[in-house]
Amino acid sequence: MNYAASPVLALRLPLWRSRLLLALIAGGFLVLAGRAVYLQGLNNDFLQQKGESRYSRVLEISANRGKITDRHGEALAISTPVKSVWAIPEEVQYSSQQRARLAALLELSPREIDKRLNEATAFVYLKRQIAPEVAERVGELRISGLFQNREYRRYYPGGEVMAQVLGFTGADDAGQEGIELAFQSTLAGKSGSRRVIKDRLGQIVEDTESIREAQNGRDLVLALDARLQNLAFSQLKRAVNSTKAKAGAIVVLDAKTGEVLALANLPTYNPNNRNRLAGAQLRNRVITDTFEPGSTLKPFTVAVAIEQGKATPASVIATAGGSLSIGKATIHDAHRFGDMTVAQVIQRSSNVGAAKIALSLPAEAMWGMFDQVGFGAAPRLGFPGEAGGKLRAYKSWRPIEQATMAYGHGISVSLLQLARAYTIFARDGELMPLSLLRIDTPPVGKQVISAATAHKLRDMLELAVQPGGTAPRARVMGYRVAGKTGTAHKEENGGYAERKYVSSFVGLAPASDPRLVIAVMLDEPSAGEYYGGVVAAPVFSAVMGGALRMLGVPPDAPLNPLELPPEGSEIKESV
Amino acid sequence: MARINLILLALLTACALGLVTSQHQARKLFAELEHEQNLAKQLEVEWGQLQLEQSTWAMHARVEKVARERLHMSVPDARRTQVVLPAAAAGR
Repeated sequence: MNYAASPVLALRLPLWRSRLLLALIAGGFLVLAGRAVYLQGLNNDFLQQKGESRYSRVLEISANRGKITDRHGEALAISTPVKSVWAIPEEVQYSSQQRARLAALLELSPREIDKRLNEATAFVYLKRQIAPEVAERVGELRISGLFQNREYRRYYPGGEVMAQVLGFTGADDAGQEGIELAFQSTLAGKSGSRRVIKDRLGQIVEDTESIREAQNGRDLVLALDARLQNLAFSQLKRAVNSTKAKAGAIVVLDAKTGEVLALANLPTYNPNNRNRLAGAQLRNRVITDTFEPGSTLKPFTVAVAIEQGKATPASVIATAGGSLSIGKATIHDAHRFGDMTVAQVIQRSSNVGAAKIALSLPAEAMWGMFDQVGFGAAPRLGFPGEAGGKLRAYKSWRPIEQATMAYGHGISVSLLQLARAYTIFARDGELMPLSLLRIDTPPVGKQVISAATAHKLRDMLELAVQPGGTAPRARVMGYRVAGKTGTAHKEENGGYAERKYVSSFVGLAPASDPRLVIAVMLDEPSAGEYYGGVVAAPVFSAVMGGALRMLGVPPDAPLNPLELPPEGSEIKESV
Repeated sequence: MARINLILLALLTACALGLVTSQHQARKLFAELEHEQNLAKQLEVEWGQLQLEQSTWAMHARVEKVARERLHMSVPDARRTQVVLPAAAAGR
């Protein structure tokens, strides 16, 4: 049979059926094309994001906190990475054996771990800041629900010696005290992030974009000299122990530049182990505490008198009798010497003499001097909690107040303010701005008194440390020293405590061309002796002698052995 | 005509393979770079730790203690010290 003649082929289907089929298929393609355009062109964000998340990752780039070094580059504070172990308690699953291993590694008791895990459900730190090696071994336990992240921990090699100056950082690496807080914005680094492409093994194969550059914190070079700091601290510690003082403070300034070369406080603490800290240990007394300075202010009163032309070092003040009554109050001297010259008033630290000089001066001039040397205003070092002290407006001064202020009562200053004020005697009348950071070009000081007056005062202050003065123990072999003692009753509940004293000494050397100003303060020395010339002056002498030797300052006096006067023979200053 | 097409095809294939290889090379080099950078970071951390260790050992309090107690050294007093001024200062 002929195939072509098959009757089936002759059968004609209606044309619409094929057209309909064509239209349906074309329509189907159109829908697909439309969907494709929609997904790829119009609404592609979602899919792109999903696709990217399969291979691209955003990585955090951590930044280091800057180092703190002393003026010679010795490291005083360094951050190094540590790990913190945290957990999602709901997901933690471990065998009791794993738990015991974990507890041993973290130095926690198994029960403590259980307690922490029961505290919260979503997130809990098991232990923060553990050594990276320990963290690695914790990771090897492969406990599910346990995670680690990288943190920084700050170490202070100097420990207690400079704890209050440097301060410390918290667990999140932000400064909380001291220089760490004051210079937080300089020291802190800014962490960055970048987007990368990873392959299926988790290796980075391409850097697609840098979202934010990581910025390491800048290093900070302090004015502090670690050797001087250690010397000052150890001498202060020895004195605080031997005088049974409640607290002590010392500051060493470079008279040429106004830099703070050493600054130590007691009691202190170890910044690397800050358990059981008390407020008294944390306080940087030199900067944040004020006290009534006592006789160390007498030179300023005398300087006003000389500047005003009211007195010369040789003018005689009628101090015979050893007491002076102003209204109901009476000022006493500890010793009666008869009439004294102005120079002797400083040398023997006579309250009556200083008060008489003060009463011959206008209140405004005295206030002006105190104000100009920086009393009553914070020294603006940028240190947290700087104290400004108390200096009342001269219009409200009564005569008795003016008289007592002449020898440092009724006015309060911080030890740093006091040391800074003495730069006018060390620098021919210039008051220096202070700096905690090393500076290369010395700043310009502010002329407060004339160079001639400053020289006269320096000569008088030299007399005070000679035999016949209040502080022969402040002398240093080989150097001419000038300085002034201070012994003041402590203020307590609005009055003066009978048997509580603050003993201090402020001095400078070498007197021919002063390089250093050192101020020492001992709070409540209670081993019997309390005069500044007996308890504070030896600290000054030891630190000054050592410091001048370390700095290589040429001696300006013959190297004769100093003969200390027998115990108790120095001139007792009036308190 | 067919010959030119064949040559072009061969060229194209060669280029494509070249692209793949160089991309692979780039990624390998990048991984290497990444590795080295990590190493650098690690070394930096180690350097920090060593600095820390150095300044801990070299702390003046410790040096002084060792000098005094173990080596029995002491600071010479001023009588036994001869000060030599620098030439400039001495000439003044």
